Amino acid sequence: MNVSMIGINFAYVISAALFIFGLKMLSSPATARRGNLVSALGMLLAIVVTLLAQGLDYKWIILGMAVGTAIGLVAAYRVEMTAMPEMVALFNGFGGIASLLLAWGEYHQYPQMSTFIAIVAFLSAFIGGVTFTGSMVAYGKLAGRINTKAILFKGQHLINAGILLLAIGAAVLFSMHPASGGGYALFLLIIVLALSFGVTSTIPIGGADMPVVISLLNSYSGLAACAAGFVISNNILIVAGALVGASGIILTNIMCKAMNRSLANVLFSGFGAVTQAGEGGGEQGEIRPATAEDVYYILEAADSVVFVPGYGLAVAQAQHVVRELGDLLEANGTEVSYAIHPVAGRMPGHMNVLLAEANVPYDQLVEMDDINPRMDSVDVCVVIGANDVVNPAALEDESSPIYGMPIIETFRAKTVIVLKRSMNPGFAGIQNALFFRPNTRMFFGDAKASIQALIAEFKGSD
Amino acid sequence: MEAVYLTFVFVLAIFLGFELISKVPSILHTPLMSGSNAISGITLIGALASLQTDHHGFTAFLGTLAVIFATINVVGGYAVTNRMLEMFKKKDEGGGQ
Repeated sequence: MNVSMIGINFAYVISAALFIFGLKMLSSPATARRGNLVSALGMLLAIVVTLLAQGLDYKWIILGMAVGTAIGLVAAYRVEMTAMPEMVALFNGFGGIASLLLAWGEYHQYPQMSTFIAIVAFLSAFIGGVTFTGSMVAYGKLAGRINTKAILFKGQHLINAGILLLAIGAAVLFSMHPASGGGYALFLLIIVLALSFGVTSTIPIGGADMPVVISLLNSYSGLAACAAGFVISNNILIVAGALVGASGIILTNIMCKAMNRSLANVLFSGFGAVTQAGEGGGEQGEIRPATAEDVYYILEAADSVVFVPGYGLAVAQAQHVVRELGDLLEANGTEVSYAIHPVAGRMPGHMNVLLAEANVPYDQLVEMDDINPRMDSVDVCVVIGANDVVNPAALEDESSPIYGMPIIETFRAKTVIVLKRSMNPGFAGIQNALFFRPNTRMFFGDAKASIQALIAEFKGSD
Repeated sequence: MEAVYLTFVFVLAIFLGFELISKVPSILHTPLMSGSNAISGITLIGALASLQTDHHGFTAFLGTLAVIFATINVVGGYAVTNRMLEMFKKKDEGGGQ
């Protein structure tokens, strides 16, 4: 190792420390923004010292970085906050394909690999490929470009298991003789298998399970970078990749717990493919529709109001009007808070970001475990586009597919107002027992238009 | 020996990652995800180092593609995370009204 190599590696140590500090600062809203900048500084440092190395071909580097920066910046500043899940999925997939390409390029240039390097090259290419197509499918589902329902096909598990076994078999043969002509063919086969596996393993997973999938793909992209680090013996790739891998696994675990399901169940069961025909017959009863005026009188008289947002809030782009209504209620002397279920929306923390965009102060956002114990003293719960996460069947009906999932126990509030387009069941395809409770009023219509009508009532009464 | 040393680094980093992330509150899960996603674009470092003057043709092509994708991941990831975190405000910072 010559002097400049030692210098570069020393700078990588500093970069790793900056990533660690950055992630640590992300754990509090007060320091999170600086944390992200610290982490970005670590990345910048790593890039700059890498570019100082001898013998680099700058024309390709400048071309690649210019194109990448332009695309990245435009995408980051154009994207709507409601579309954040698909943006993250897309970026994630690009990280995955980069790891695949890096491993391929390395193998193409130096086919005489040791068995260990060949194995990690396989891992980098395979995980990277799965991350790429898996993220693209997730993107397609989130952006509504492909069917968001779980798509099940015959022999699905057999096909997935077959692809996986084939890939492992190819990897064993490849790592024994990477330099032979057959080795190159095997490597290409591994890439094709990885790309197919990403599609076949993600397509059966339905829209509301996306928080789990995105977390998991996030973890994969870190692990792919990590494997790429082993291929080129680069510490910073290994450390940074491992940090991301670990963070993705933790988020995946939190999301699964919030749905009371195992990861295997989320990945393999095709949950949500059942249509409303299957369930929902039992829980019928009378529903009580309310007009904007009715809801206005209920809210006007309330001392405490808790908004419970769900994916419908994002679809209707209703976050700004909700905040406006919240401000009017506060001006009226009502205590306002926003209760957020961990899997509300399409990615972890999705609702928090939307409400932050609408300038809702983060100290008004409360977690499920904080609101449930004091739900009995809440006057009014306003459910906006949330469904399964407030369904009391999860607590009471053992035959329900979502039985056991922790929910925001809105039904215990004195009055529940549900904003909903129509009586269609939620993602899980099950009828919501909450709608038939005696203390529930249904306020039908587009969430944004409904809330605007309420705001008009409040303003009209002044 | 190198493999053992790299694995050692890997295992320690995994443990560190678990320690760091388990403390992030749920309101910050989206920025955490997109911020860590930007870090996973670290592959860029490897892609840059692979573009050497004595590599030509297909290797250079693969390397350039890797640089493009990894740069999108890094730049876009940090920019979008920053944009999100700008919006998180406390009430007394003037966020409410």
